[in-house]
Amino acid sequence: MQEFLQNLLNGVAVGAIYALIALGYTMVYGILKLINFAHGDIFMLGSFTGFYAGGWAAAHLNGRAGTWMSWLVAGAVMLLAMTVCGLFGYLNERIAYRPLRHAPRIASLITAIGVSFFLEYGGQFVFGPDPKFFPTLVKKHLIRVDGIVTTNYQVLVLIVAVIFMAILQFIIYGTKFGRAMRAVSFNFETASLMGVPTDRIISMTFIIGSVLAAVAGILYGLSYPKIDPLMGILPGLKAFIAAVLGGIGNVPGAVVGGLVIGIIESFVGASQFSSFRDAIAFVILIVILLFRPSGLFGKYEPEKV
Amino acid sequence: MKQLPWWIRDAISAAIFVSALIGLSYGLEAIPIQGIAYYNRIIVLMGINITLAVSLNIINGHAGQFSLGHAGFMAIGAYFAAFLTVDYFSPWVNRIPEGPAQWLAQNGLLLLAVLSGGTLAAIAGFIVGQPSLRLRGDYLAIVTLGFGEIIRVVILNIDTVGAARGFIGIPAWSNFFWVYFFCGLTIALSWRLVNSSVGRAFLSVREDEIAAEAMGVDTTKYKVEAFVIGSFLAGVAGGLFAHYTPAYLNPTMFTFIRSFEIMAMVVLGGLGSISGAVVAAIILTFLPEGLRAAKDMLHMSKDPRMVIYSVMLVVLMLTRPQGLFGRREIWQLLRRKKS
Amino acid sequence: MARLEHGLECAPVMKRNRFFPLVAALALLLTACPRKNEVGTATAPNTGDILIGEYGSLTGPQATFGQSTHNGIMMAIDAVNAAGGIHGRKIKVLTEDDQSKQEEAANAVTKLISQNNVLAILGEVGSSNSLAAAPICQANKVPMVTPSSTNPKVTTIGDYIFRICFTDNDVGSNMARYVVEQMHVKRAAILTDVKTDYSTGLTATIEKTFTSLGGQIVGRASYSNGDSDFRSQLTAIKQTKPEVIFLPGYYTDVGQIAIQARDLGMTQPFVGGDGWESPKLVEIGGKALEGSIYANHYFYADPTPVVRNFVQSYRDRYGAVPDGMAALAFDAARVLADALKRAKALDGPSVRDAIAQTRDFPGVTGSITIGPDRNAVGKKMVIEEIKNGQLTLKGVIEPRGAAVQAAATR
Repeated sequence: MQEFLQNLLNGVAVGAIYALIALGYTMVYGILKLINFAHGDIFMLGSFTGFYAGGWAAAHLNGRAGTWMSWLVAGAVMLLAMTVCGLFGYLNERIAYRPLRHAPRIASLITAIGVSFFLEYGGQFVFGPDPKFFPTLVKKHLIRVDGIVTTNYQVLVLIVAVIFMAILQFIIYGTKFGRAMRAVSFNFETASLMGVPTDRIISMTFIIGSVLAAVAGILYGLSYPKIDPLMGILPGLKAFIAAVLGGIGNVPGAVVGGLVIGIIESFVGASQFSSFRDAIAFVILIVILLFRPSGLFGKYEPEKV
Repeated sequence: MKQLPWWIRDAISAAIFVSALIGLSYGLEAIPIQGIAYYNRIIVLMGINITLAVSLNIINGHAGQFSLGHAGFMAIGAYFAAFLTVDYFSPWVNRIPEGPAQWLAQNGLLLLAVLSGGTLAAIAGFIVGQPSLRLRGDYLAIVTLGFGEIIRVVILNIDTVGAARGFIGIPAWSNFFWVYFFCGLTIALSWRLVNSSVGRAFLSVREDEIAAEAMGVDTTKYKVEAFVIGSFLAGVAGGLFAHYTPAYLNPTMFTFIRSFEIMAMVVLGGLGSISGAVVAAIILTFLPEGLRAAKDMLHMSKDPRMVIYSVMLVVLMLTRPQGLFGRREIWQLLRRKKS
Repeated sequence: MARLEHGLECAPVMKRNRFFPLVAALALLLTACPRKNEVGTATAPNTGDILIGEYGSLTGPQATFGQSTHNGIMMAIDAVNAAGGIHGRKIKVLTEDDQSKQEEAANAVTKLISQNNVLAILGEVGSSNSLAAAPICQANKVPMVTPSSTNPKVTTIGDYIFRICFTDNDVGSNMARYVVEQMHVKRAAILTDVKTDYSTGLTATIEKTFTSLGGQIVGRASYSNGDSDFRSQLTAIKQTKPEVIFLPGYYTDVGQIAIQARDLGMTQPFVGGDGWESPKLVEIGGKALEGSIYANHYFYADPTPVVRNFVQSYRDRYGAVPDGMAALAFDAARVLADALKRAKALDGPSVRDAIAQTRDFPGVTGSITIGPDRNAVGKKMVIEEIKNGQLTLKGVIEPRGAAVQAAATR
């Protein structure tokens, strides 16, 4: 039982990070019907921003920080990462995707892959290919409950993820802006006819998605301190699969999908099939697309001619 | 004068092609430049890349099915062909005393191994082609990528073919002749295919699938057929690659990056253009070597190849998404200029 | 030009046929040229610098290994040249980067042999890269000396391939034996990196020796090189309550694994092989690695003069403490230079024979003798322990297999 709960907890902690990234994928796909391959690399940029900013802060504080100070610094680092990633997300859309909005889908797909590789290998070029170690922004404490051991990081990940998801939910369903977003995802042309500034909405969607990816990046850096420029590939792919699992375009679905993938991975990793852990996510994808392509919460949309 | 029957014309072309290849394979090695072995190596690798690009062009370019898992098919062809030679064919050949009998056996069995590898890859292509029935564009790309990764992870766990250590001991039977023989075959096949009724069906599926279905074209059948043919040829390329010095295979040679590189060749050349794929494959095979020289000259410590690839792809999509030749072939473009 | 009704053009067959005969004729003319001997033998010209090739991962994920190796080689060759070179001729090292990719390793080695006409080749660290390059060296009769590839298969490629470090078999069996005999451990778990040949091979050897000595492997799990989350595997291992955990992987993952294990409340020490060797090991793993041990090729604080001089010179030249790769590369280069001096002639076969006859060469990593299987016979292995954030010497395993408990030195 203990082992089961421990694995469950581990799975949820990882899944929360996947969920944050998946939200970005699902929102962009809902609006533009585009898989933003580069999203996973925005996540990577968030981690690296945290690394450099956090490293700079740590060097200047030199261990003199008390608990309050280190939380403040962590918050500032996260805000900085959110700004940087938001900027990159905006630029990505403006430069690479907007000109191709009316081009065949293949062109956007190839461009997205190109941007992704550019960020990855450009990152290797700029940051160096060797792994870096994320600074300890907040001190780690072990928490023991009834035989299950966890760290305050895992709890932090869960709390922060829930907060941001709640904020997103509020934005989408409780603000005029959110209504505009939903309108654009229903029907692009009609929304623009109704006076919705579609370009701005799309830019904001990218920015929001990238901000969430930045949060995920910081949380990931805290939990798994080893970061390198190629770190966004696998989590990005898994987060995309999570979005598909939940029904792409569906916001709560992305969260559920992320948690499900995280939990399944955790249990597979603990079993004797642990060497196939990376392939499991792809198997899930193929199964979903074969048997329920609209995902758990999506609707089947027949293609109109 | 009445034209000779098509099969005699084909036989003559084939005979001329084969003799040209034999001549080249001896001649290229005899050129007395320093480092000729190294250049020959690049030329042979280029031949393999051309075969891969043209085979992917059948799936992506002619049939319009965006497949990102091509490296997986190449891997299957490579590993299966190598498995056959190492475990069965090589011991037989080694028992025959040296001489024309052994030479014949070696080449014949290489052919058999490579074609078997291609066949297994074709079967895999059939399996992968099935989901393509329902998926479009982006989804298909991800699923094929997934299949490619699954294939690689499975091979990584098979110890008989070396798993993570890699497959060593493969006899180096592949050479310039075989690689370019199959390269020529692939190009000829692709050209014949696209100009046939099957090819026409591919094009119709690419242009407008729903309209094609409405006109009675069995889109399902043709999509799967494209996958099967494309993956067979990729498997053959893989088998030839496996047997080329140093005749060493490792699953890390068949990651998504390899699929991406082949895709970059097809996109650069123009989705749907065979000659485009050939030209792009040539350019992109020489590019890393050129970059290596540039790196030495400029004393750069890092390799900018992947960064250049990705920027090239994005710029290409933004400025000239049809690639170098679009959907046309190079001789059609030249002819247009004349008139 | 045939123009069919539907407007699509067909490539005219006659036009194609006009082309081919010309090409064929030209090609057949080339057949008249004498066929060049495909398998050449490396022969150095009689004067000028002696050319040696080096291929390594100078960029890419294993860049630190390649960089250390390069440093070690250059330091050794510069010293040899300063002392007069080989019969008055200097050695020049031509370096090619293979970016940690096997195909690039093959290309790099082909280039060095055919374009640069090198006499011998040094490299690589990663066994899969060595396995990709060795057949080319063997086919061209160019001796290849690998300083740090530990996979046993490397030297089986052919009689021109040599190795001066111990193999995975030695590491596995010695570590298992040490753990059973010196640490009196009966129950152990193994966490394997299935993505690298190094780790899977080592796992097999450890398991075999450990069980043959009466130990029991109570837990097994696997991960992939580069993974970041190991909690599931560690949770499964935790349930089996082992006394130690074997971790035959690379330093990049070891630190993370140790940290996550401590996060889960696990206190067992870890036991590893030479893949742990890196200046970054303690930096990554920190306190989580306290009390863990691993097998290495040499100990940097060894007081013997050979090691002390080496470490001092390396520090002066490169500003860092040399790791095992640098030490092995230093030895490999010096063994090669020594063989060049002893060789009857400066061509492939003679150099090969000279390398094969290396006996009791005084290396930084111990006394080097090349055995009949072209591996270094009876290399000494040091066991290092992480204590108070520093690497300390816990023991030395001499060739005969009996482990010697050395007093902990700083």
